[in-house]
Amino acid sequence: MHKTRNYLFHLYMALFLFYLLMPLVVMGGAAFNDSRFPSILPWRGFTLQWFSELAADGRMWTAFRNTVLVAIAVVAIAVPVGTAAAILINSVTGRVRTVLYGVMVAPILAPGAVIGISTLLFWNQFSVPAGLHLSVLGQVSYIAAFVMLLVLARLQSFDMALEEAALDLGAGHGMVLRRILLPHLYPAIGAGAAIAFFQSIENFNVTLFTRGNADTLTVYVFSKVRTGITPTINALALIMITVTLAGAVFYELRRRRLERLRGE
Amino acid sequence: MHDLLRRYGKGLTGAFVLLTAFWLLVLIILPNLYLLENSFRPYLPKVDMGGPLDTYSLNNYAKILTGESPTNVFGLTVTLPVHVKSFLLTVGYSAFVTLISFALAYPLAYYLAKVVQPKSLPTLFLLLFVPLWVSEVLRSFAWFIILSLKGPLNFTLLGFGIIDAPIRWIAGYQSIVIGLVYTYVLFMLFPIYNAIQSLDTNQIEAAEDLGSPWWRTHWRVILPHAKPGIASGAVMVFMLSAGSLLVPVLLGSTDSNWFTQVIQQWMFEAADWNTGSAYAFILLVLCTVFVSLVMRVFRVKLSDIAK
Repeated sequence: MHKTRNYLFHLYMALFLFYLLMPLVVMGGAAFNDSRFPSILPWRGFTLQWFSELAADGRMWTAFRNTVLVAIAVVAIAVPVGTAAAILINSVTGRVRTVLYGVMVAPILAPGAVIGISTLLFWNQFSVPAGLHLSVLGQVSYIAAFVMLLVLARLQSFDMALEEAALDLGAGHGMVLRRILLPHLYPAIGAGAAIAFFQSIENFNVTLFTRGNADTLTVYVFSKVRTGITPTINALALIMITVTLAGAVFYELRRRRLERLRGE
Repeated sequence: MHDLLRRYGKGLTGAFVLLTAFWLLVLIILPNLYLLENSFRPYLPKVDMGGPLDTYSLNNYAKILTGESPTNVFGLTVTLPVHVKSFLLTVGYSAFVTLISFALAYPLAYYLAKVVQPKSLPTLFLLLFVPLWVSEVLRSFAWFIILSLKGPLNFTLLGFGIIDAPIRWIAGYQSIVIGLVYTYVLFMLFPIYNAIQSLDTNQIEAAEDLGSPWWRTHWRVILPHAKPGIASGAVMVFMLSAGSLLVPVLLGSTDSNWFTQVIQQWMFEAADWNTGSAYAFILLVLCTVFVSLVMRVFRVKLSDIAK
């Protein structure tokens, strides 16, 4: 009886993977189709035209540069803020901790539109105009929470006696932080930085309300789909997917090799 | 706190407190208070701001009740204000998306946690993670292509003779539901997987040995154990769906109007930021109510949900 059941489960898994991956294949494939409207069927012949059109699109390059700059700024602010918040919340207990924790994770659960609008209104009061700097602040408000959660989890395995020992041996406060606590947290900080970077690149809702007239890649793709849609977007999509997948596969292979080395 | 001072000294502790305060006050609390304050003030030209017309009122919230629209609910004609209708439809369809995601994800989570050979898990997870690496705008765009009238879906169905005429997929709310399920189903899968994985397989075998049919094993043993995961997944999927703007705009039709779209119209088309704030605040209240409801029903804590 388990055999039939397992067979059905495998089938379901395969169908689910097909469902997840097929749209990406369709989108990537359409980048090579010689048809004005992005589609994979009917196939009108192979072309690289859309890639050269994409490369010649100045607005896309500006949006690309903006996206990277915003992501770097978000990492630069969210990582120290999230780490500091994790250290702080780890040292308080009781009601204060519950309230602090609630305020910190609330932005993860709040709709991006609300974060975007509140950021826009708040800074507008001080005559700060909309623009990518506000997108950075809006994004940090919830991305710092991811960093905080990762660092907080890592802090659970930290042995505070190490710090005591260092202090007893005459280390200064700065040295305790730099030489003992931070090295222990580096894996979590690194993962936090990576997540912050990707979250920022992907962000749409917060950016849309705070960006002013500037474009990021997601906003650019969005406006293209709404106005004149051509397969250049598919070319862009294919490049983005390929780059991120190459990164993911590389990471996975490296992880497996390390695991094998450790096993030996 | 004393502990921090002792270990890191005044300077560093001060820096931690300042950084955290900057985040909590300047980036979270004050903007939201300001959003709330603005939502009670009228939309005025710059010269009248702070003048005698600038008084607090509930007028912006009252706007949601204007504009009647007759709606057919199960054969009964109900007259609802346009924006209330769009709000209720957003809530209803988001709940529907959450249900479908659960139905799709639960068997898979069980399969990954208890059925599949552990050695094939890393590869399966790598494949499952692929869509998460692709940005949301591109995933919706992919479905925009697939569902279009001359798109691959209609082409394939016509080719196999399953349908005689192309179906207009992008109509009403159905394309939004399709897009949202695709975009967010994985946020349901991973928390449930994590929960089921921590269940001792012996418990399942014990239930089976004692003659429990498979559905009762799920109902009495596995589902209760998976509860925190389900709560977490449901909150994520519901919130992301109700707060989504990309999917409804890209995959919506002329008859659909998601609540976030209404907010966006107030903000950018009417340029009335005050009413926009009022509507945004309504959305925020909805989300808060939903989270507390789930926490109450599933008896979980906030730290179980935000993982």
